[in-house]
Amino acid sequence: MTDVSGGAPDLVCARCDKPLEMRKVEASYLGQTFPVDLPCCPSCGFVYVSEELASGRMLKVEQALEDK
Amino acid sequence: MDGDQVKAWEALCIEEQPPACSAACPLHVDARAMAEKMAAGDFTAAITLYARVVPFPAIIAHICEHPCEGACRRSEAGGAVRIGALERALVEEAYPTVRRSAQRARKPKRIAIVGAGLAGLTAAADLAMKGHAVTVLEAEARPLERLRHDIAPSVLPPSAIDADLGALIALGIDIRCGQRVTGGTGPSSLDDLIAGYDAVLLAIGPGPAIQFGGALRLTSSGRLDLDPQTLASSHPAVFGSGLHAGDGETYSAILSVRDGRRAAVSIDRFLQGASLTANRADDTASGTCLYVDTARHADVPPVQPSDPAAGYCHSEAMAEAARCFPCHCLECVRACAYLAHYKTYPKRAVREIYNNDSIVMGNRKSNRMIDSCALCGLCETLCPNDLAMGDVCLDARQSMVKHGHMPASHHDFALRDMAFSRSDEVAFVRHQPGHDRSAVLFFPGCQLPASAPGQVEAVYRHLCDRLPGGVGFMLDCCGAPAHWSGRQDLHQEVLGHLRAVWEEQGRPRIVTACSTCLKQIGEFLPDIPVASLWTELAAVGLPEGAPSGKLAGPLAIHDPCTSRHAHDVQAAVRSIAASLGAEVRELTGAEKTTCCGYGGLVSFANPEVGNSFVDRRIEESGDDFLAYCAMCRDNFARRGKRALHLIDLVFPEADDPAARPDPGFSGRRDNRLRLRRRLLRELWGESMSDPVPSVALTIADAVRADIERKLLLVDDIAEVIAEAQRTGRMLKDKASGRYTASGRIGTVTTWVEFEPVEGGFVVHRAYGHRMQVEVKS
Repeated sequence: MTDVSGGAPDLVCARCDKPLEMRKVEASYLGQTFPVDLPCCPSCGFVYVSEELASGRMLKVEQALEDK
Repeated sequence: MDGDQVKAWEALCIEEQPPACSAACPLHVDARAMAEKMAAGDFTAAITLYARVVPFPAIIAHICEHPCEGACRRSEAGGAVRIGALERALVEEAYPTVRRSAQRARKPKRIAIVGAGLAGLTAAADLAMKGHAVTVLEAEARPLERLRHDIAPSVLPPSAIDADLGALIALGIDIRCGQRVTGGTGPSSLDDLIAGYDAVLLAIGPGPAIQFGGALRLTSSGRLDLDPQTLASSHPAVFGSGLHAGDGETYSAILSVRDGRRAAVSIDRFLQGASLTANRADDTASGTCLYVDTARHADVPPVQPSDPAAGYCHSEAMAEAARCFPCHCLECVRACAYLAHYKTYPKRAVREIYNNDSIVMGNRKSNRMIDSCALCGLCETLCPNDLAMGDVCLDARQSMVKHGHMPASHHDFALRDMAFSRSDEVAFVRHQPGHDRSAVLFFPGCQLPASAPGQVEAVYRHLCDRLPGGVGFMLDCCGAPAHWSGRQDLHQEVLGHLRAVWEEQGRPRIVTACSTCLKQIGEFLPDIPVASLWTELAAVGLPEGAPSGKLAGPLAIHDPCTSRHAHDVQAAVRSIAASLGAEVRELTGAEKTTCCGYGGLVSFANPEVGNSFVDRRIEESGDDFLAYCAMCRDNFARRGKRALHLIDLVFPEADDPAARPDPGFSGRRDNRLRLRRRLLRELWGESMSDPVPSVALTIADAVRADIERKLLLVDDIAEVIAEAQRTGRMLKDKASGRYTASGRIGTVTTWVEFEPVEGGFVVHRAYGHRMQVEVKS
């Protein structure tokens, strides 16, 4: 079965009690915006950013944008 | 950045000056690079460097006068490197590996060279390499006849001459012997050559040349009248060998080669219709101002070949080549963790920084490099020309801020900490209790109250006790983080505020416990009288019954970089420590002290370099460190070094103050808050209530260290958890039962993974990012 939660299989939104699902979300920094797929609560739209993402790919993009 | 200023900075760094050997060589052979290759055993690479410059490697190796050896700086440490012998060993071993191939000229020209001596054949080789068709006319039966006659075969073996001549002929040079060129007209005359070739070089050796008087202007002594720089004669297509112009010059093989090369450069320029004089790089060998600290090197005598007649064998040549230092300045680079990290030296770094500043579109790849300098001033102290990389980096930072190119992440945290220190939560100023004016204003700075709040109170009480006229108290920031981060507007705002408060307090004399505050106020508010706490304490005396003689061992003293030139402070600190029974040992001495990693905010912009600064310092001594800057002490503690602050000696609080841990950023904030509350309550009798923490947190040491490393604050983490409790916006991990919540604080989204426990929460981890994410609407 395909994992639709983006590496967060056990995470549920505490308020809506729904498992997270991969959704298209908008990431923005320093006036630049990109679409990315991230796990979200399908009901309230709470977007989850894992530490791996925050300190990995996301950090790289932040730094690249800061040096533009 | 101002281009002229950048050029002036660049010019101060002499690392790219040639080494003495190369400067002394008429051909500027890079003997330093050659020796480096030989020392590594790479003789092929070494002879490639040599033969690229020297047209007759075998001959010159044997008969060059080697002015390089006279200039070699190794002579100050055991004896000059025997470069001549190294060249002979190179030729002996690696000559067959020399490869030369001529360029293909788009429009080859025909050149006649009269005289097959070293000068004529050098010009022939250089012009043939450029792709020209070269014909050499020699009156004698063989080329280089003079070398065969005048120099003993034991010095210059005929095989060396034959080898070099063979290589020359392989370039396609047509050497015609037994051909005497005459004056006048007719076959084999100069006029005939001028008519038949595009250019003519008379490389006919010293002596009168009256036979050419008809075609060319001669000097009063009957020699060719040549321009000394270009070797041009009075006929535009005819050039001469320079030695011919000089009177009474003694024969020199290497100078003959240089003259042939100089003539070849002129001929090539003439054939292209270019200026003979513009930007010539073949000027006479000049000196060099490369600084070399030869005293760093122990004396090592030259290697003696086991068979003097045969010269160095391979291993002997390698050993002798390894005696080359090699000559470099790098005084600053050796001492600086920042320059060492970026594997650069100031001249190159300045250029890189200026290029980074000049980028209009594209990546500014050097931003972090610019923000990684500690601005500590050590390079300026060590530099023979006083170049301060800190001035360069600060100027670049100011330019980055001005043009909106400063990466937000580099200094945000430090500036936020500064804003906190200046906020109403922390900052305050009061006259001494019971006084309505202040002769003195005690200004402890941000970091000592953050590191040792109890002792700040103790020292304030002591000053009140000893100083007449009222001692006010001011908890605030001197603006150093704004200055270091290039925020000129913010810096001016801080200075304006400090001045206004100082005026309001009746213009008291300021006594500060922080070296950085002392330097900042002295530099930017020069009309405000300011003194160091330590000179003040040395003057008014230490508290009665100040302990002495309880120390376990000697203390290695670390001066903060901002006290590098504060001689009175350095002396006061040492005298206070000595009077308290400490055995103080010097590290590098105050003037050459290094940064603790906080200077210039390097540890925020580049933690790796920041740690490298402090770790290098720790390596210098196994003794406990004695610091008198709170940030230095805390950084040593953070990296596991036992270190105490001078205030720990004067006002001891703990049994083993050198074991006092680094409070960390969150701890520092708490300490400042607490100090303010306690002082206002206890000294000024103001009603202060302790804040009720929003949530009670339990954080394991490892997690706390990780949070510190990520520049996150415990207060912010508590706020995220409290907010999640209020709104219910959080995620639950079904497997572990832990919750994850996030909150945007300033420009950072902070994520916290936590677990509710009896009476509070356990924080398992926290992390942050600057990018914002939201579901597309």
